[in-house]
Amino acid sequence: MNWTWFYKLGSPKWFYDTANKLLPWFLWLGVLMLVVGTVWGLAFAPQDYQQGNSFRIIYLHVPSAILAQSCYMMMAVAAVISLVWKMKLADMFIASAAPIGAAFTFLALFTGAVWGKPTWGTWWVWDARLTAMLVLLFLYFGVIALRSALENIDLASRASAILVLVGVVNIPIIKYSVEWWNTLHQPATFTLTEKPAMPPEMWVPLLVMVIGMYCFFTAVALMRIKNEILLRERRTKWVQTIISEDIKR
Amino acid sequence: MNFETFTEFLLMGGHALYVWLSYGVGLFIILLIYIQPIFARRSIIQELSQRQRRDAQDNKVSNEAVAQEKTGGNE
Repeated sequence: MNWTWFYKLGSPKWFYDTANKLLPWFLWLGVLMLVVGTVWGLAFAPQDYQQGNSFRIIYLHVPSAILAQSCYMMMAVAAVISLVWKMKLADMFIASAAPIGAAFTFLALFTGAVWGKPTWGTWWVWDARLTAMLVLLFLYFGVIALRSALENIDLASRASAILVLVGVVNIPIIKYSVEWWNTLHQPATFTLTEKPAMPPEMWVPLLVMVIGMYCFFTAVALMRIKNEILLRERRTKWVQTIISEDIKR
Repeated sequence: MNFETFTEFLLMGGHALYVWLSYGVGLFIILLIYIQPIFARRSIIQELSQRQRRDAQDNKVSNEAVAQEKTGGNE
């Protein structure tokens, strides 16, 4: 296998230039898919025979919940890379992804609560899945707080990588909570092994939303990583050139 | 189209509050996480360019000082 790409990731300048090239594609593909998926899900998908139109919240709830969890898993992979190889970029990813993950987790919890009211008759229950999602939100807050509290960048990166790895236990709990415990929450909509229980008119727009959300996440994460690179590589010649060119415009 | 009229679409079969509240907050969050790094970039660039100018000025001042010292020493 060719590992040069992995070594290239060690170069912030290479990453900055590549991110610049990829960013517009991810951004516009993401926005396009999110718009198409939202219109499709809100206006064209058939309504649920039991839940009526409140079920349309699924098109926002499920993608943000999926993103909230896979963002954390990506941060966990980055945490291993950052601890083992001390790769700066992995640490920058953790710093950049944590606020986005927190935003998606909040959105999943919020839309879940708003969906729960007409469906279960309550905004909130202390049920396994909901509680585990709340723990995930606090894990994200923990990473953000730890990074802003520690001035020393090496210390901050090591401490936050360890926190991310400790918190990984929470992810299988979120995933399997609906199977392990009796819960109000319904089981997963998408699994890799089975066909969705919904008709295609319902799940295709959902899939569009999920992919769109991944693209949007990638674009925003790249924007934030670029900012991190500028800050941390500020003493290099190439960043100073970017700064002086940008200020002229 | 699942709805007969636009009003029906807006009413969401009596679930208008829940559906539109979710999507409203969703739009707000998405805009927020998109706009935040744009503003962050702007302030980073401003701060770094100020620092650049300050460093350049410091260098100039110290160079002049060195030059003055040299000429002073010659006299």
